Amino acid sequence: MRFEYNIEAGNFTKAGDASSSFKKILKQLNVDPQVIKRIVVSLYEGEVNIVAHANGGKVICDVDTSRVTIQLIDVGPGIPDIEKAMQAGYSTASAKVREMGFGAGMGLQNIKNNADELIIKSEVGVGTKLTIIVNLNKI
Amino acid sequence: MQVKDIITTLNLTVFGGIQGLAHEVTGGYTSDLLSDVMGHAENGKIWITLQTHKNVIAIAALKDLAAVILIKGLEPDADMLAQAKEEGIPVLGTNDQAFETTGKIFNLLSH
Repeated sequence: MRFEYNIEAGNFTKAGDASSSFKKILKQLNVDPQVIKRIVVSLYEGEVNIVAHANGGKVICDVDTSRVTIQLIDVGPGIPDIEKAMQAGYSTASAKVREMGFGAGMGLQNIKNNADELIIKSEVGVGTKLTIIVNLNKI
Repeated sequence: MQVKDIITTLNLTVFGGIQGLAHEVTGGYTSDLLSDVMGHAENGKIWITLQTHKNVIAIAALKDLAAVILIKGLEPDADMLAQAKEEGIPVLGTNDQAFETTGKIFNLLSH
């Protein structure tokens, strides 16, 4: 099953809408609540990154019997140094974004800690693609 | 202990999200960094913060937190309140600052 969501650049009032909607679907599919939490944390952080840093993008969530694969694809500035971006506390967020309590350099770490697999591909001046895989524990 | 018990004992303001007043409170989490809460707060915690925007409710709902307490007399933004009502997450208020609020709730839950 595939679910797609568009993410608007800079619109923090809609940040989290995709996560919220996908969480409801996962609940309906009877996914283990602990696994739902890990998926939702990863998706939310990815969503906020697109809102805060990119010029917009989309989320594609694929659910099969063994795992959930989330692709977050944005058009934006890209990440020049992925290794640096992965460091806890490193952030390029604007002052406005930081005032809201985002941009503490924890987002990608949160994704890494909650996903079974995280793949980041980025091209400067073009955009970034995150692929997040969470395995489904059978109940 | 339920959210409504904490409201009564600490005399907190209730801004909205009253559907969640019976949520069981398992502990507290005090932070103004949203990713910190996203990464570390566990379900059933009551979140003490000075952030008053809508994303607070998005996180509280995604993490199944019991309620949000706004400190220092702060009031929720209109869209935060609307979202809280929709998600059934109680938004509460106090004139105390984070240190006192956290201490009082810690004591309540420890007894």
